[in-house]
Amino acid sequence: MALRLTQGHIDSIAAHGAQEYPNECCGAMLGVEVDGAKEVRQLAPLRNLRHDRARAEELLPLSEPEKESEKNRFLIDPEDMLRVERDARKRGLDVVGFYHSHPDHPARPSRYDREHAFPWYSYVIISVEAGKPGTYTSWTLQEDRSEFDQELIEVLGVNVPQGATAIAESRRQG
Amino acid sequence: MAVKVIIPTPLRQYTEKRDAIELEAGTVAEALAGLTSKYQGLRKHLYNEEGKLRSFVNIYLNDEDIRYLQKDQTPLNENDIISIVPSIAGGQNLQCICS
Ligand SMILES: [Zn+2]
Repeated sequence: MALRLTQGHIDSIAAHGAQEYPNECCGAMLGVEVDGAKEVRQLAPLRNLRHDRARAEELLPLSEPEKESEKNRFLIDPEDMLRVERDARKRGLDVVGFYHSHPDHPARPSRYDREHAFPWYSYVIISVEAGKPGTYTSWTLQEDRSEFDQELIEVLGVNVPQGATAIAESRRQG
Repeated sequence: MAVKVIIPTPLRQYTEKRDAIELEAGTVAEALAGLTSKYQGLRKHLYNEEGKLRSFVNIYLNDEDIRYLQKDQTPLNENDIISIVPSIAGGQNLQCICS
């Protein structure tokens, strides 16, 4: 399934990533499923709950707390998630996926991303190098949870060179 | 009690695309048992091998996380709404494993 969004959405994700640098940013994408694609209608930037160590640890403990922090981990507060889902439903939208940044790391999903993902959702990753937003990609988890597949990103009304380049790169890297 | 369970988008493929399921139950545990016996594909996404609720899954009764109520033994009232809320988490590789 392709992910459709506008250049404005991409700019907002990039700005959020730059604003939170050197920490990871995160947010939800609300939209609808049309013609076999997920179409984003609105973004909901959310707080990275890893800033609140005690509460985050209670919800989803870290395995290497000396290495893991808001700089390389994000967690969405289920309270925020519940609020966002309700808000979406009221307006006939669904949560179609999430975005997060990789500060000074490539826009490719980590093993931790895969272990914590759900099928169907789109996971957009944007790389932020030295504070500047760079490449972005989108991924969906396979049903058996074994792998992420890269998803085509369609920028509404524009033919997207980024998506095509990113896919070609991922094939090359295997 | 007649209650409603709200299904998040990734799990709707197991509920015939329905976003909410109405059923009769006296506790949260009974509601989830009723739900997973009707839609068996949901089971492995809600429970681990030991039959415990998965840590990536949060259950809310109306506005409250059931962790802070009586967990799955929390009693239900007529027209309660149970929400299955996924924990969304991720990050990046701790060491760069790029060659
Ligand atoms: Zn990540």
